[in-house]
Amino acid sequence: MKILAVVRQVPDAEENVRIIEGRVDLASSKLVLDTMDEYGIEEALRLRERTSEVEIVALAVGSARSEEALRTALALGSDRAILVESSEPLDVIAVSSIVAQVAQSESVNLIFCGGQQADWDSQALGAAVAERLKWPQATWVTSLTVDGDRISGKHDVDEGTETFALSLPAVITTQQGLNEPRYPTLPNIMKARKKELTRKKLIEFGTSPRVTPVGSSIQIKERLRKMLDGKDAPAAAGQLVDLLRSEARVIA
Amino acid sequence: MILIVAEHLDGKLSKSTYEMVQAARELKREAPVSLLVLGSGVASVASEAAKLCDQVLVADLSALAQYDAELWSAAVAQIAYEGEASLVLIGGSRSGREYSPRVAVKLDIPLLEDVVSLTDVDGGIEAERYTFLARVTERVRTEAPLVVVSIKPGAYTPAAPLAQNAEEFDVELALPERRVEVTGRESAKTERVSLSEADVVVAGGRGVGSAESFTKIVEGLADQLGAAVGATRAVVDAGWRPYAEQVGQTGKTVQPKVYWAIGISGAVQHLSGMGKSKVIIAINKDAEAPIFKIADYGIVGDVKEIVPAIIEKLRSK
Ligand SMILES: Cc1cc2nc3c(=O)[nH]c(=O)nc-3n(C[C@H](O)[C@H](O)[C@H](O)COP(=O)(O)OP(=O)(O)OC[C@H]3O[C@@H](n4cnc5c(N)ncnc54)[C@H](O)[C@@H]3O)c2cc1C
Ligand SMILES: Nc1ncnc2c1ncn2[C@@H]1O[C@H](COP(=O)(O)O)[C@@H](O)[C@H]1O
Repeated sequence: MKILAVVRQVPDAEENVRIIEGRVDLASSKLVLDTMDEYGIEEALRLRERTSEVEIVALAVGSARSEEALRTALALGSDRAILVESSEPLDVIAVSSIVAQVAQSESVNLIFCGGQQADWDSQALGAAVAERLKWPQATWVTSLTVDGDRISGKHDVDEGTETFALSLPAVITTQQGLNEPRYPTLPNIMKARKKELTRKKLIEFGTSPRVTPVGSSIQIKERLRKMLDGKDAPAAAGQLVDLLRSEARVIA
Repeated sequence: MILIVAEHLDGKLSKSTYEMVQAARELKREAPVSLLVLGSGVASVASEAAKLCDQVLVADLSALAQYDAELWSAAVAQIAYEGEASLVLIGGSRSGREYSPRVAVKLDIPLLEDVVSLTDVDGGIEAERYTFLARVTERVRTEAPLVVVSIKPGAYTPAAPLAQNAEEFDVELALPERRVEVTGRESAKTERVSLSEADVVVAGGRGVGSAESFTKIVEGLADQLGAAVGATRAVVDAGWRPYAEQVGQTGKTVQPKVYWAIGISGAVQHLSGMGKSKVIIAINKDAEAPIFKIADYGIVGDVKEIVPAIIEKLRSK
């Protein structure tokens, strides 16, 4: 089995996001491997620990700093990494073409991809890649069993959860709950520096975005931030209910 | 035509369908608005849809009894192509966001995902959507003659019905084989108003203390207010509440008129699912809890004392 784990380098969730001239500026932000992608790497590693003959290739499409995400993926135990560097912002449908082309040239039969990326808040990559490859997919997976080329698992749907089964090749999108990702150890971080990281150019993939960013802004809604002391619970409850009735007018 | 894929549940159109119709109307295009109803036993849905648009397209097939990304995307791509649609609107639900990319790839067209506003501009269409865990509003643009768009639930006010009933047409579909076998399901349906459609949401976090306490405090207040119940991931992970109630990055996004955060710290992943609520009320014993930064009204105190007092106060009105 050959697994492609798609990763992305995104701002740490606690980082403040800055906008310069209508564009999000990450130059001085701390970036990390997207947590949603960690679950995919971890699941791939666990599959390799259980079954022999599993190769894990990590792939990132993005800015030069995506190399950090790949180094983390390698330190965690991925065998090889591929970086498709793009300084231009690409839309998710364009990225799916690149991922699908790499999946084909690498002859992988299982792709892990984060359920949603914490930078562009997109959930579309996994499904778009699956469609390009004409593969089935399962999104928002929280448990997974692989038996030969049959996969079964559990995932979240609109109203609740479902268990499912499908055959490889397939795309799986991952999220919290699937597993507890491990941390890279120092010796493995050192070793990762020597692992193979192939750089490819965007131009090799003949794809271009058809959605262009026009501008970005941060609109923080002004909040009243009226604080009440709750030491005297009935008094605080009374004050709150009065405010909600007469000021906010949200209860009758 | 503008093709809207109707979202429906239990024989009724979902609020999101009315919102998508509104999004289409606000574009003020000449093109007719068509609602596509996919499912099995959907006659009542189709007649409800007829009150909203120019034309209802119905595929009432047993093969469509259960949602499947490959079936839905094949159906929508076929109808969009045959009907020479200029715009396809799909609900920004979990399923809508799963099959809309497949429609875009099948038709080789751009995807605008989870948009909160849509406008025609000279020679193209512009959309606004949230990025960076809903901290940033991004404006994007595309010039393509056909675009598939998923619309964020709650972003538009629901459309009002029209005076005239639209005609209904049955459509023939060339559907692929189902490849993903659904072997079981746990639906988390409640008698309450649904989370994504509610005007008032009462949500509880780990600070509520236990599953029993959640029932008493959070459900108690929700019952009093006729509200939907929400929960944080911590509460869902602890098994106190079903996943369907989770609000946040990996749960539902809600934008109610009033959001009550009870014993919730206010982690970024939670805020990304509720931060756009109109009025936010937070109760937390820690005055430094981040949730207070985005609250309109906050009480620093023990939820086990404060919430019963609020319920009491509301009852004794
Ligand atoms: C990839 C990823 C995705 C995630 N997705 C989501 C998501 O979709 N939704 C989500 O909610 N989280 C999500 N999380 C988890 C998130 O980071 C937080 O861990 C979670 O929201 C915390 O839930 P909480 O506020 O209930 O618990 P805590 O953070 O433990 O907060 C409990 C709060 O209760 C207060 N408290 C305790 N006792 C009392 C009392 N008696 N009276 C009053 N207050 C009290 C405490 O002061 C504290 O502020 C995600 C995390 C990751 C990494
Ligand atoms: N009024 C608001 N509405 C929604 N989110 C907010 C608001 N104010 C701050 N935030 C978010 O809350 C977190 C902490 O904000 P702060 O520490 O005030 O910068 C950040 O992720 C902000 O983006």
